[in-house]
Amino acid sequence: MNETSALVIIVAAIFTNNILLANFLGMCSFIACSNQISTAIGLGTAVTFVMTMTTMINYAIYHTILKEGAVLVPYDLTFLTFIVFIAVIAAFVQFVEMFIERFSPKLYFALGIFLPLITVNCAILGASLFMVIRNYNFAQSVGFGFGGGIGWAVAIILMAGLRQKMRYSDVPKPFKGVAIAMIVTGVLAMAFMGFAGMVTIQ
Amino acid sequence: MADGCNSCKGLCGGKGLTTMKEGAWTNNPLAIQVLGICSALAVTNKLMNSLVMGVALIFVCVGSNLLVSLLRKHTPHRIRMIAEVAIIATFVILFDQFLRAFYWDMSKQLGPYVGLIITNCIVMGRAEAFALQNPPILSILDGIANGVGYAVILAIIGFFRELLGTGQIMGYEVLSSSWYTPNQLMVLAPGAFIALGFVIAVFNVLKGPDPEENK
Repeated sequence: MNETSALVIIVAAIFTNNILLANFLGMCSFIACSNQISTAIGLGTAVTFVMTMTTMINYAIYHTILKEGAVLVPYDLTFLTFIVFIAVIAAFVQFVEMFIERFSPKLYFALGIFLPLITVNCAILGASLFMVIRNYNFAQSVGFGFGGGIGWAVAIILMAGLRQKMRYSDVPKPFKGVAIAMIVTGVLAMAFMGFAGMVTIQ
Repeated sequence: MADGCNSCKGLCGGKGLTTMKEGAWTNNPLAIQVLGICSALAVTNKLMNSLVMGVALIFVCVGSNLLVSLLRKHTPHRIRMIAEVAIIATFVILFDQFLRAFYWDMSKQLGPYVGLIITNCIVMGRAEAFALQNPPILSILDGIANGVGYAVILAIIGFFRELLGTGQIMGYEVLSSSWYTPNQLMVLAPGAFIALGFVIAVFNVLKGPDPEENK
């Protein structure tokens, strides 16, 4: 068990261990939805919210039911981790969608279209899996979920800005589209490496 | 979804061979459709890791395609997504448990990325786009083709990253350290992005100009 404070983990998850630029999670929607800054902001917000909440829920389930010697169930159910986590994420996203559709139609129109996309965003599942692998306690998990979400949002918003500018630049033909996007992401990742050493988490 | 229409036309009229070619080459999941890149970037810092990940994906893709295809007439349309996820997760768990039991070191190195095959768009995409409409045998072929197409690209990226990043291939020194200075950047995150960018660009050149572009 490590003793890093949750605040440090938030900062690390945004800058030094950015979930997208250092751990490559959530690339699919990152490439597909980074053409417009407004879209990127919407998706980033939705991811941050869902990631924070699902790490919390998954933490609770993992430590009360799945883990060996857990409180509620006397068996070692860790082999069910994947399927339980993905079910929790899918159910939570569905629930949030219904909830905001009912109570805040305005928010629903802003975020609604992004929510189904999030179920298959590997960053969400990845955050929960990292939480288990790195043995985070509750505060650390929430910090990691929140920081990871913010980090992902920052990365996709930066990328959207760059891609909007790039529309007017003359890219060699074979590199047009995804290829140049990957290389730009590489440069972005390099820039974020400049933060390394600021704080470290494993 | 213009691409979806095209591939559908190709698939409906096609037999086993077309299916294979489609999945592994002309419609390569990684280089052409750019699906499932998370794991392609994360595990390719070593050739060995890339190969294991490739095998994992072939296994999961074949297994889930077969099962989804067998159950396609019994799955209610509305819950097909969750059924697919459950099937995929089952196969991923099987592979993960296998790695944990027999190759603990490899399991540690791949970390969460084995579990993340569940959200790999390739597996889900094939189940949804192919296995739901096609008989089991053809679905298995499709699974193999897409898995292999993915594994090959993974191996290519892994090969170059390990070679340039450490000067070694699977632990054997290839580029002598007397004249080659390993470029650490290649094994780190930025190298992954840049390597994949170049692979996609090379694929674009090999594939020739896109016929749809001139329309």
